[in-house]
Amino acid sequence: MGCGRVGAQLAGLLDSNGHLVTILDTDDYSFRRLPPTFSGTALVGNGLNEEVLKKAGIEEADAFVAVTQGDNRNVMASQIAKHIFNVPRVICRIYDPLRQELYSTLGLEAFSPTTIFAQILREKLES
Amino acid sequence: MYIIVVGGGRLGYYLTKALISEGHEVVIVEKNPTICQNINDELGSVCIRGDGCEAATLTEIGTARADMLIAVTGDDEDNLVACQVAKHKFNVPRIIARVRNPQNETIFKKLGIDVTVSSTNIILENIKEELPTHPLTHLLTIRDKGLEIVEIKIPPDSTTIGKSLKELSLPEGSRLALIIPKEHNPRVPTSDTILRDGDRVIAVTTPESEAALRAALRGA
Repeated sequence: MGCGRVGAQLAGLLDSNGHLVTILDTDDYSFRRLPPTFSGTALVGNGLNEEVLKKAGIEEADAFVAVTQGDNRNVMASQIAKHIFNVPRVICRIYDPLRQELYSTLGLEAFSPTTIFAQILREKLES
Repeated sequence: MYIIVVGGGRLGYYLTKALISEGHEVVIVEKNPTICQNINDELGSVCIRGDGCEAATLTEIGTARADMLIAVTGDDEDNLVACQVAKHKFNVPRIIARVRNPQNETIFKKLGIDVTVSSTNIILENIKEELPTHPLTHLLTIRDKGLEIVEIKIPPDSTTIGKSLKELSLPEGSRLALIIPKEHNPRVPTSDTILRDGDRVIAVTTPESEAALRAALRGA
């Protein structure tokens, strides 16, 4: 869910590794970021909507990844995927480190690019 | 009570105004600086500029001692997260979320938000109530019992007119509380009460029995 730079790149990588990928975005202009070789499905729609998620095949999905620009959108969509559709693997991007911490303790597999990148930079500078 | 309102839109503003006049201690959290300034000019220093989903902002305003948090922004996902952060990080005992998309009501319940208020459903219900042909109006939901109080109008073509209540087979879980006739004073129904054209019946029912109750009262 979310065809930004990260979403599009991830979808391209998974697709070229032979996975069956559906990518969701509310704006079809975002799909320009997908590599020309992408053979998966690009679907216009809001990932917070159960009907859209069903159309994207969430009931058969092995994994769901939420990487839109909105932390709260990612959180809500991930919880829907995990708790309503029982998707086995759900990964959620949360920029806000405090929110990421909270949702990790609540059982969501959440990553904060803010924290991760700050750590990388610190390691580079201190090495 | 100390109440935190997340979202300073029209709903947040009027809600805060009402809560203050009832004597509560209220803080609104609003992202937009202009809106924040306007609220503070009108209601005194009640609005804090910030993100109501951010733990830092919520810590600053003492959310841990709040009795209640009400999230009324225009975005359902923001209301969900504000409530979950308040509930799980600050142990706020009572949380209420506004829901714009009626579909999200069940989703929010499954995700642990006990009390949701669907602004769209309330408006729809109010409009439908004004439609003369509308057979059933929801008046109140009693959440902890899973019951609702409804009003059912008896139109002139109902086959139940002239029958006593004991002749009707009301569904299990439904109770008639009051009958408001067109002309006379409201009365508490007994088994011998006769239904008349234009009666308004106030009943307590489970949501599942709603359709059966309506059919029983109007004749299927």
